[in-house]
Amino acid sequence: MSLRLHDLTVGHRRGPAVLTGVTLDARPGELTALLGPNGAGKSTLLRTVAGLLPAVSGTVALDGADLLALSPAARARRVAVVLTERVDPGLLTAWELVALGRHPHTGARGTLRPADHAAVDAALVAVRASGFADRRVGRLSDGERQRVLVARALAQAPDLLLLDEPTAFLDAPSRVSVTGLLRRLARERGIVVVVSTHDVELALRVADRVWLLDRDGGVRSGPPAALVDGGAVGAAFDSDELRFDAGSSTFVMR
Amino acid sequence: MAVGLLGVGAVVALVLAVAVGPVVVSPYDTVAVLLGLTPADPAAPVLIGTVRVPRALTAALAGAALGVAGLQLQTLFRNPLAEPYVLGVSAGASLGVALAVAGTGGGAAGTFAAGLAGAGRAGTVVAAALGAGIVLGVVLLLSRWVRSGVVLLIVGVMLGSLATAAVSLLLTLVDPQRAQQFVVWGLGSFSGTSGADLAVFAPVVAVGLVVALAGAKALDALLLGEDHARSVGVRIGRVRLVVLASSAVLAGAVTAYCGPVAFLGMAVPHLARLAVGSSGHRVLLPAALLTGAGVALACAVAAHLPWLPGPVPVNVITSVVGAPVVITVLIRSRTVNA
Repeated sequence: MSLRLHDLTVGHRRGPAVLTGVTLDARPGELTALLGPNGAGKSTLLRTVAGLLPAVSGTVALDGADLLALSPAARARRVAVVLTERVDPGLLTAWELVALGRHPHTGARGTLRPADHAAVDAALVAVRASGFADRRVGRLSDGERQRVLVARALAQAPDLLLLDEPTAFLDAPSRVSVTGLLRRLARERGIVVVVSTHDVELALRVADRVWLLDRDGGVRSGPPAALVDGGAVGAAFDSDELRFDAGSSTFVMR
Repeated sequence: MAVGLLGVGAVVALVLAVAVGPVVVSPYDTVAVLLGLTPADPAAPVLIGTVRVPRALTAALAGAALGVAGLQLQTLFRNPLAEPYVLGVSAGASLGVALAVAGTGGGAAGTFAAGLAGAGRAGTVVAAALGAGIVLGVVLLLSRWVRSGVVLLIVGVMLGSLATAAVSLLLTLVDPQRAQQFVVWGLGSFSGTSGADLAVFAPVVAVGLVVALAGAKALDALLLGEDHARSVGVRIGRVRLVVLASSAVLAGAVTAYCGPVAFLGMAVPHLARLAVGSSGHRVLLPAALLTGAGVALACAVAAHLPWLPGPVPVNVITSVVGAPVVITVLIRSRTVNA
């Protein structure tokens, strides 16, 4: 059930290609971190894999099946996405928001059956959010809210879970706990989890595999240690002010 | 539970709207006539059958239609201010009606709306729905490029102004008497519909409501934004089309028969959310339907209170009721942003 991007070229309509000829793998049960400086194309790549942006060329295969050729409804039963966009959930409770993830599995009227209830409850348990299931989402802290958004994607029962900077608005402890949560979910559910993040140091510690984009459209992948030791992380991120120190796996001031 | 209470409230409002007018029918007689029994007052059946029931049904249908259309548009545009009237839909419908009247010469006498009675009435509804649909379609088209909901609303207001200007121009070209009638029509009224009108109005609104209620699942998915909805398999283009078409039919039909009714479309969804305490559309759409019917009936009662010298225009009442509701909601909402 591995994810394979083959010779994938991504970009916006009528714009230049953002990334060309990308070939990458991600495995089930593993947390794959998508890293790269701003503007390297992380979001564009993730949105293309999610089917939210048409690929310029190439294929995205999950378990050998071409994801991009599936109908939106069929794809939604296999791929779930957590987006960066800040949402206004109105009066929804955490439980109701998670239940929105059952959309691809319910009938035309959206009636929730017992199996759907069970999936929502299980998703809330999995992200340790059962305690505030009945609270309004608007009243949750940023960290709690992000857990609920992850639970929504889990309730979709995906084989592939994609997250675009899920820790962007979080404080440091919440960033660590959400990132750890994602690795645990990949293990427990045996699904492919790909997460883009700016939190390079944390990702290098927690992720099983890294997809690394540099500023010039270059793409590398491998275990974090290999990319750090090989100097690829430094090459992608080093700037006039900051330098990535391979020994400590941290950024240091020049 | 809450929806059931709203239903009871709507029925009570319906009975009140039938009972109250310049002549107040006793509650006993009202219920008796509505149930087909013999009332104490022999004049009651005629009064109720020819005046009160059509007016009450018109108000209930108009309120339900505007409430549901407003809710759909608020979710689609993800903006608490969206509704047919603000988005220029009612103005578009007015222009459609005005063009139809100017084009066909309209009817002979009576009110502007009544002047369209008879065979031309269905045509009026079509013209109103087309006018409404064109304005909504332009707003929708622009929404592909314009991300800001506030900008889109302003575009809607501007389109509404253009349509209103076009209507004004048309009015200078027709004879003054009909222009006067149009002004009166523009104040809104639930009283201009006959039984024959209802035979068209009711089914049109019913179809619009059924289509809207069937869209609850997709509207729920839209609560988290368009990208989220797409990621769970919603075909956004189709949903937009269905929401805009049904909103145009609902608002267009109401405008054709009652004139452009202000504020109900904006205020009713907020009242419904307060009533049921949820944003889920499987509860909220029926709640908006019943709240809309109840509120419009209450407005109809207020417009025809026995101690008033004459009927008060519906838009006076809906604005008096709607403005405080909308202001309160906006002040309490922490999430109104561009």
